Amino acid sequence: MSVIEHPLRKFTRPHVKKTTTCPGCGNGIVAQAILRSIDELGLNMDDFVFVSGIGCSAWIPSPLFAADTLHTTHGRPVAFATGVKLGRPESNVMVASGDGDLTAIGGNHLIHAARRNIDLTVVLVNNGIYGMTGGQAAPTTPRGLTTITSPYGSMEHALNISEMITAAGAPYVARWTTFHPRQLARSIKKGIQKKGFALIEAVSQCPVQFGRASKIGKAVNMLQHFKDNSIRVSKAAEMSEAELQGKIIVGEFADKEKVELSSQWIELSKQMMEEESCHVKS
Amino acid sequence: MSKDNRLPPGTHFMMGNFALAEGAVAAGCNFVAGYPITPASEIVNRLSVLLPPIGGGFLQTEDEISAICSAIGASWSGAKAMTATSGPGISLMQENIGFAAATETPLVIVDVQRMGPSTGVPSVGLAGDVIQVARGSHGDYQIIALSPESPQEMFDMVIRAFNLAETYRVPVFVMPEAFTGHMREQVVIPDPSEIKLTSRKISEPGTDPLSRQDFQDPDVAAMPVFGHGFKSHVTSSCHDAHGMRNLSDPTTMHNFITKPIEKILKHRDDIVETTADYNEGDIVLMAYGSVSRSAKAAATIARKEGLNVGTLSLKTLWPLADREMAAAAQKASRVIVLENNTGQLFPYIKAETAEFCPVDFMGPKILGQIHDPAQVLSFIKEKVS
Repeated sequence: MSVIEHPLRKFTRPHVKKTTTCPGCGNGIVAQAILRSIDELGLNMDDFVFVSGIGCSAWIPSPLFAADTLHTTHGRPVAFATGVKLGRPESNVMVASGDGDLTAIGGNHLIHAARRNIDLTVVLVNNGIYGMTGGQAAPTTPRGLTTITSPYGSMEHALNISEMITAAGAPYVARWTTFHPRQLARSIKKGIQKKGFALIEAVSQCPVQFGRASKIGKAVNMLQHFKDNSIRVSKAAEMSEAELQGKIIVGEFADKEKVELSSQWIELSKQMMEEESCHVKS
Repeated sequence: MSKDNRLPPGTHFMMGNFALAEGAVAAGCNFVAGYPITPASEIVNRLSVLLPPIGGGFLQTEDEISAICSAIGASWSGAKAMTATSGPGISLMQENIGFAAATETPLVIVDVQRMGPSTGVPSVGLAGDVIQVARGSHGDYQIIALSPESPQEMFDMVIRAFNLAETYRVPVFVMPEAFTGHMREQVVIPDPSEIKLTSRKISEPGTDPLSRQDFQDPDVAAMPVFGHGFKSHVTSSCHDAHGMRNLSDPTTMHNFITKPIEKILKHRDDIVETTADYNEGDIVLMAYGSVSRSAKAAATIARKEGLNVGTLSLKTLWPLADREMAAAAQKASRVIVLENNTGQLFPYIKAETAEFCPVDFMGPKILGQIHDPAQVLSFIKEKVS
């Protein structure tokens, strides 16, 4: 019997035979979207450094991806990635982490990386709940949802991550769900190619925690839910706030050109070193 | 006009914090991240001028957590990285100081110490962070900490800090107090050819992590820095010598904690530095940082008065100069520990010395004020009478 190897297996560490994700988790769809985008761009995994934090989706690159991987403390991957990029501007630096990691404990780093416009590609997996620690409410949990730490229903309003990071000035922001793997991969490709900060928010299913808490159910039901409730940015613009209640707005929120930080560092040093060598010669 | 903004070799009159900035550049530092904080700000103020012309840069971060994380990230990209702060910043950095220790990341952390706890007094020096730099992050780990007593030592010690960080793949602290950071004094900047610099060992090209030892070598593993196709696996989780996460094997867990500690302690003779000036039968004043100056001044006056008083200055705080302390106590009639705090290192020093002679603690009369040598002398006289 012949065994067909997965076409993206070439991008994963040979000794890693399994992942830590639960059955039905959206992490696999996001991991594939990342690797497919790299494959389609014809890039080498050695051109990348993958940085992740703490939480289920932080395990997308580490240890799976056959590249330099930096698995950091909770909430801090964007701060680590900023140093990696400025220390080595020629590398593509990608962050893959979750909504709790990147917008709760690490929210300030995300905002400031977008403001600085440093050339990072951040793939933020938003499952609307703390999965790994057992289903606690997150800043992204819809108001009213009963979770293990909001047993009478969450009283807080959910954060709109993509709008926040657009407001912080990021030149590329897109949101898709795991029901949109092709669109997701296309946006990750654009994020990698964008010279500047790119956020790709991937709304993803956690059937074990969110599926149970919301009573939406298993992975298939959650994907169906994403399909039924996704509204394109352009269409959403024509809808009222009441009509958009419970909907997931998908598409591109920002796509523009903007001066980037690491290239300005290089340019400044280059200018000053040239002036220095002119001075030495004269 | 030269764009290289470094001060030329020679004798200068300058502030300690500026001397440290010049020393960092002389050490080959090319990445600094920091957040403004008194009494350390002059360091990054100066480095933001010095770094771009030499191909480096300064990143002003949104907080000290981001500062240390980006410095660690830059170090893994191959940079000689540093952050500079004061006690409140160290408090914020603690979790990731543990990250740097666990992942064996070369890094220099400058802590210009100020009076605490909490916001305290930003501009008054007090050696309040001596324990927190060694024990402030959760878990067991071993760092190196150096204690300069003058602007000249701030210049010299930051170079030594980079060399130690590169040699041993470890976070190294340089810990002046606010007094020393803001003190203006003579600083001699040597010719670059006279400054010995060390760089980390880098892994062999073409190898993969499972064929390499990237971590936990007591003789320091070569570092698989990013961007060279090493496919390095770096994680804050418990990991094996290849960097691969392992949360099930008890021996791996044991080695994850013990090997990086062993790596530093095995080489303690190369790391630990003290200045000894005492004779058999002396009362030995043990001090570090700016208090060393008071101790030496007090000893000079005491000797003129015919008292047998000597000094042991600790240039390294961590790893502890345990043998040097014990050796001094074996010769001494008495040990007096001088610290500008309520006795942070005293229990450690007592543990090494108390079996040989009486050991006393003396803080300054008013905390945060420099020990008056006359008061030290009165304390000595009180003890010998």
